[in-house]
Amino acid sequence: MKAMKKVLSLAVVAAMALSVFACSADTAETTSGETQAAVDYEYMSYAEYEAAALDTEVTVLCTVMATQSWWEDQITVYAQAFDGDGAYFIYNMACSEEDSEEVAEGATILVTGYKSEWEGEIEITDATFEFTDLAQENPMAPVDLTADFGNDDALIANQNRNFTMTGLTVEASGDNGEAFLYSWDGSGSQGDDLYFTVSNGETTMTFTVESYLTGADTDVYQTVEALNVGDTIDVAGFLYWYQGANPHITAVTVN
Amino acid sequence: MKMRKVLSLAVAFAVLAATGCHGNVKRGEFVVPEAFDTSRQFEITFWAKNDTNVNQTRIYNQAIEDFEEMYPNITVNLRLYTDYNKIYNDVITNIATDTTPNVCITYPDHIATYISGDNTVVPLDNLFTDERYGLGGSEVMFDSPTVDQIVPEFLDECMINGIHYCIPYMRSTEALYINKTFVEALGYEVPDIVTWDFIWEVSNAAAAKNPDGTYAVNGQEVMIPFIYKSSDNMMITMLRQLGAGYSDDYGNIDIFNDTTTSLLYTVADEVSAGAFSTFTVSGYPGNFLNAGQCVFGVDSTAGSTWMGPHAPLSDIHESSIVDFEMVVRPVPQFDPQNPLMISQGPSVCIFNKEDPQEVLASWLFAQYLLTNEVQIAYAATEGYVPVTTMAQESQEYQDYLNDPDEYSIKIDVTNMFLENINNTFVTPVFNGSTSLRNAAAQLINSTVKSVRRRETIDDAYFEDLYNEVTALYRLDQLSASRDSRADLGPLPAESKALLISLGVVWIGIGAYFACDLVKKRKRS
Repeated sequence: MKAMKKVLSLAVVAAMALSVFACSADTAETTSGETQAAVDYEYMSYAEYEAAALDTEVTVLCTVMATQSWWEDQITVYAQAFDGDGAYFIYNMACSEEDSEEVAEGATILVTGYKSEWEGEIEITDATFEFTDLAQENPMAPVDLTADFGNDDALIANQNRNFTMTGLTVEASGDNGEAFLYSWDGSGSQGDDLYFTVSNGETTMTFTVESYLTGADTDVYQTVEALNVGDTIDVAGFLYWYQGANPHITAVTVN
Repeated sequence: MKMRKVLSLAVAFAVLAATGCHGNVKRGEFVVPEAFDTSRQFEITFWAKNDTNVNQTRIYNQAIEDFEEMYPNITVNLRLYTDYNKIYNDVITNIATDTTPNVCITYPDHIATYISGDNTVVPLDNLFTDERYGLGGSEVMFDSPTVDQIVPEFLDECMINGIHYCIPYMRSTEALYINKTFVEALGYEVPDIVTWDFIWEVSNAAAAKNPDGTYAVNGQEVMIPFIYKSSDNMMITMLRQLGAGYSDDYGNIDIFNDTTTSLLYTVADEVSAGAFSTFTVSGYPGNFLNAGQCVFGVDSTAGSTWMGPHAPLSDIHESSIVDFEMVVRPVPQFDPQNPLMISQGPSVCIFNKEDPQEVLASWLFAQYLLTNEVQIAYAATEGYVPVTTMAQESQEYQDYLNDPDEYSIKIDVTNMFLENINNTFVTPVFNGSTSLRNAAAQLINSTVKSVRRRETIDDAYFEDLYNEVTALYRLDQLSASRDSRADLGPLPAESKALLISLGVVWIGIGAYFACDLVKKRKRS
């Protein structure tokens, strides 16, 4: 793990104090009353992360957008770069159960792991993290990818991003005209991932409600279970990748 | 679409396996009732696993429907899983709350943990041989196989400490799926039995690049010549083929030996040469094979319908599929004269309940899963083999194997397995064998990752890796708890006190009778 640079000289503290007023998005007040800033950490910008080769160690500062279920000291995190510009998928990050309570939406964490690729998904694996007191006061708004619907070549530029798409039509997913399937081919049951197909009138995409992210008791899961073929919907989610765009949908609105 | 969730759970279940079934409810031993009470209604739960294959789901539902027609007083509630480890986790959780299913698809490795509780899982030997309700019993309302009609190798896998705790349901092995077109383009012929040396030689040849950085064999930017799906099976199979240590029947861990280290050095060399990777690190062998980005893939025969450019199932876009000739062979061997391959696949166990009639209802349904109707239909969904000779030798199954409309790769791997049943092996089953299996996988996956991350691979690396894996999977505790030869140390103080008390009581009783005898004599 890269050594953390935590130089808190008086001059830096003073500069940080000023920055509270100048740039609140990058600062926060610690519990001890000291002010912490992103500059206290050595980390890669999103551009540097993008440029890094696969299988190299990376350290990124990011704000949690969502997590999958914690399980036995591991948690999978959807996060956005603290400095904006991009998002990370952090797979099975080492995390105690106690800490998992705090690795929640809005928490800014410093993550060190390895940049990896699995079936086309660029992710951070074998990661550890530390909490920061930084507050992300200007989180990235979801990017509207409606225009890129069905176009993996265009979508890949926003891999892992929180996104929206609007005005989509629910198509039949299974042999029997179902609006959704439990598991990819209908072989599952309630509680499993949901798969549903949507179109923009020209092409189709398959969306997933990832049960470890949004389980059977969530609004999105139940909304998808209630979909009908022909419904017009707007969606929000994270642009996960598996042999192409495989969005994990977190919200569905039926128009 | 196949999922990676299995991976995220693997480590967790290994730890669970080591901790066993604490908090389970004590229950009396199951005794087969004199007769099945058809005047009562029974509702049983069946936790089943499918390979994210809707045809398998349909067969389960059909089996339930047919069974309920014969036994209208039994209702079977199906709960579907697509992951053995998830079933295992849920069973462990439900043992503690006494809410286990009645019938459950499982691995013998997992049962070894379940039975660490008292009478949690029903021993099946008495049920097998019960004249009325046993296998082929007189009162069974369907054509069930006799014990002798279950393939002995498969039935033996269900035996733990000399007792059958499950019945086999389906069996598969691993197969080597080969892009024959690439092998021949590289100047080689595919032998009947592929050796590890052959795999590495051809894989190294396939890793050669053009001046523009693309791979010479496929002209693409991606080529992983050899991908192994199950890293644990890879290590286990290699060790078995070399006659090296893994574990013994007592649960003593023998995996950390010189042969293992030597194999890991080979793995490191091949990764470094760009010749090898694993599912965990890179993805499904089938996806790379079908995209023309892989020469050799080892995966289960039960995954055959995903393998090949004309496979009925695929995760990759049609435009990415490359046409080529695929052939299948047994997994790579060290000794081609004595091939060895793993036997795997789901088994069925029955959980004990307070009401023996409910257990009997469960047994009847479990037994129904061995009928030809279920065995042949389910086996045909993938490269599975029925577990009964009754099914294997039936005309219906023979017709299936010769049906030109069936996917040829699926039939090829099935035939390959049928021809090699005598060459299969299983690993010892004990409480914690799941942990050891996961540790075996991690040895390979960690080595692969470390090479890719340009870490130094030497003896010190492997010493650290062995220590790390031992700690993570608590293998040292497994050995300690299972080694019957271990020195258990001095007796605890409480035990000593109890033994002394017992001694004092016996002395007191003896003294009382002695005094009484003396008094009687005096009186007389």
